[in-house]
Amino acid sequence: MGANLFSNYGEMVAIILFVIGFGNLLLQSNLIKKIIGLNIMDTAIYLFLAEKGYIEGRIAPIIVDGIQDMETYINPIPSGLVLTGIVVSVSVSALMLSITVRLYQRYQTLDLDEINIRLLKEGL
Amino acid sequence: MDFVQNFPAVSILMCLFAGIISSGMKKRSARYISMGLIVAVTVLSLCTLLYILKTGQAFVYVMGKFPAPWGNEIRAGVLEAFMAFFFCVIMFLSLEGGRKKLADEVEEGKTFLYYVLSDLLLSSLLALVYTNDLFTAYVFVEINTIAACGLIMIRQNGRTIKASARYMIMSLLGSGLFLMGLCMLYDLTGHLLMSNIKEQAALIYASGEYRIPLLIVIALMSVGLAIKSALFPFHAWLPDAYGYSTVSSAAILSSLVSKGYIFLLIKIIYRVIGFDIFNSSKIINVLFIFGLMGMIFGSLSAIRENDVRRMISFSSVAQIGYIYMGIGMGTQAGIGASVFHILSHAATKSLLFIAAIGLTDVSGGSRKFIELTGAAYRNKWAGAAFTVGSLSMVGVPMFSGFISKLLFAQAAVQNNVKMLPALIVLGISTVLNAIYFMKTVIRIYTPVDDGKYDSIRFKDMKSYTVILICFILLNVILGVSSQPVVDLIDQGLAMFS
Repeated sequence: MGANLFSNYGEMVAIILFVIGFGNLLLQSNLIKKIIGLNIMDTAIYLFLAEKGYIEGRIAPIIVDGIQDMETYINPIPSGLVLTGIVVSVSVSALMLSITVRLYQRYQTLDLDEINIRLLKEGL
Repeated sequence: MDFVQNFPAVSILMCLFAGIISSGMKKRSARYISMGLIVAVTVLSLCTLLYILKTGQAFVYVMGKFPAPWGNEIRAGVLEAFMAFFFCVIMFLSLEGGRKKLADEVEEGKTFLYYVLSDLLLSSLLALVYTNDLFTAYVFVEINTIAACGLIMIRQNGRTIKASARYMIMSLLGSGLFLMGLCMLYDLTGHLLMSNIKEQAALIYASGEYRIPLLIVIALMSVGLAIKSALFPFHAWLPDAYGYSTVSSAAILSSLVSKGYIFLLIKIIYRVIGFDIFNSSKIINVLFIFGLMGMIFGSLSAIRENDVRRMISFSSVAQIGYIYMGIGMGTQAGIGASVFHILSHAATKSLLFIAAIGLTDVSGGSRKFIELTGAAYRNKWAGAAFTVGSLSMVGVPMFSGFISKLLFAQAAVQNNVKMLPALIVLGISTVLNAIYFMKTVIRIYTPVDDGKYDSIRFKDMKSYTVILICFILLNVILGVSSQPVVDLIDQGLAMFS
């Protein structure tokens, strides 16, 4: 168990980062901190994928010197997944930021609890 | 390859293109494009369904030139085609029923954006229903979330912006968990296509290795999708999002968006993890328990509510609980009942939202119960529709809700351990449902004669009334002739594995 953890330290770091990001997104009341948590969480997943997709001593699957042996190259799919994932997380971050701007313009605060209180006062 | 096999892919692409085209259109043409699109997709799905019923087997459509283990695929079986068809029908009725309200509540120059968003939402729903590739499913889950967030936010006031922020946060938590589970599953099995993952997962499970990682994958995926579909402890965003957004959005969100995620979960159970492996994990007990809690606490919150729209929203929490209870029973019958409840809840909840707006409009726009007194006399069709929806939710025979409760009870009897809690909670929840829905029905049929508000005649809002009648018919059809639908669901579930 302990030896496995040590030899897979990259994945371990990724999972720890994932938990940190998840906790921030869930528990912070400040919207900007929430978005930072979201980005940490998504990046941790990409770290996990990259760590899983890389095999020590192998190279990217671009054939230049005619070697077609499978053992020479890494699997390119995890890298492709990371790229797709980055596109998705950029767009959701942008949407979250735009919602944050709207809320800030309306209530002059970034704190979700504070916004709740003002909403109750507004009595809408 | 038959020509019909192109239809699922074509309908997804058509929705995406319609979204792009109508973003450059004026308001009215965007609406015509959107409505025409939905009708076209309905027809295409119906053709696909009839084709599959005729050939008797599901088909796989290869997207692009790469064959099975590498390329991307679409798979259509009975259940997929039927769901696509049903989702389109509900979408059409919800959009059309809330059209007048949309014009009131959304800024003049922005209504065309609503139809752009609804096109994108439909495309992502169809992709979730049809896709055979897990990563594609993830991408469309995110598209679905973004479109749904836009649908909440398009009516601009403090409540809806805050509701959409909370909706986004919860959804992103859910999709983060789902993506993590997906990556782990890819690392375990080396595939992204559902059928290939299933073969490998069965081998891994049989060899006895990697039991714990597989369990974690199941947990991450089910919890992720449960958060996104607002299962009980994660429902905090729901009442604001459904209660204050414009009425079409509320109807679409409650009856389609959350159902899309649940359908994806059912697909994952059958086509990715494998029914037996999923059931031998303890996760289904967790889903079962939270489903039961949702059924009770959702109804209790609904009873406390003093606002008719929020009451209907809380009732959604309870109904999502029913669906997860069915999944958690771990039998084929339980899942069949859940799928039927997806249909019946979709038909009923959108009816209730659309009818409620008719009632509040004749009560000076107020949603408080006290103002709704006698509203059914002022708007007769909305009153009748609301009554039908309430009876169906409570589970009175002749309406669709009765059949789903019957199926749940039948499924519960087959499972010795879970029978007692399931039946008891089903009973309690029915009583609680009856309390708050009948309270509302009695309230709207209590006569008042102060003549404070104007009454509405049939002529004044013809299209709205026609939509209500369609909804009522849909409900009654699902309730009276349920056997063909149940057979279709069983056939579809058999085709899954």
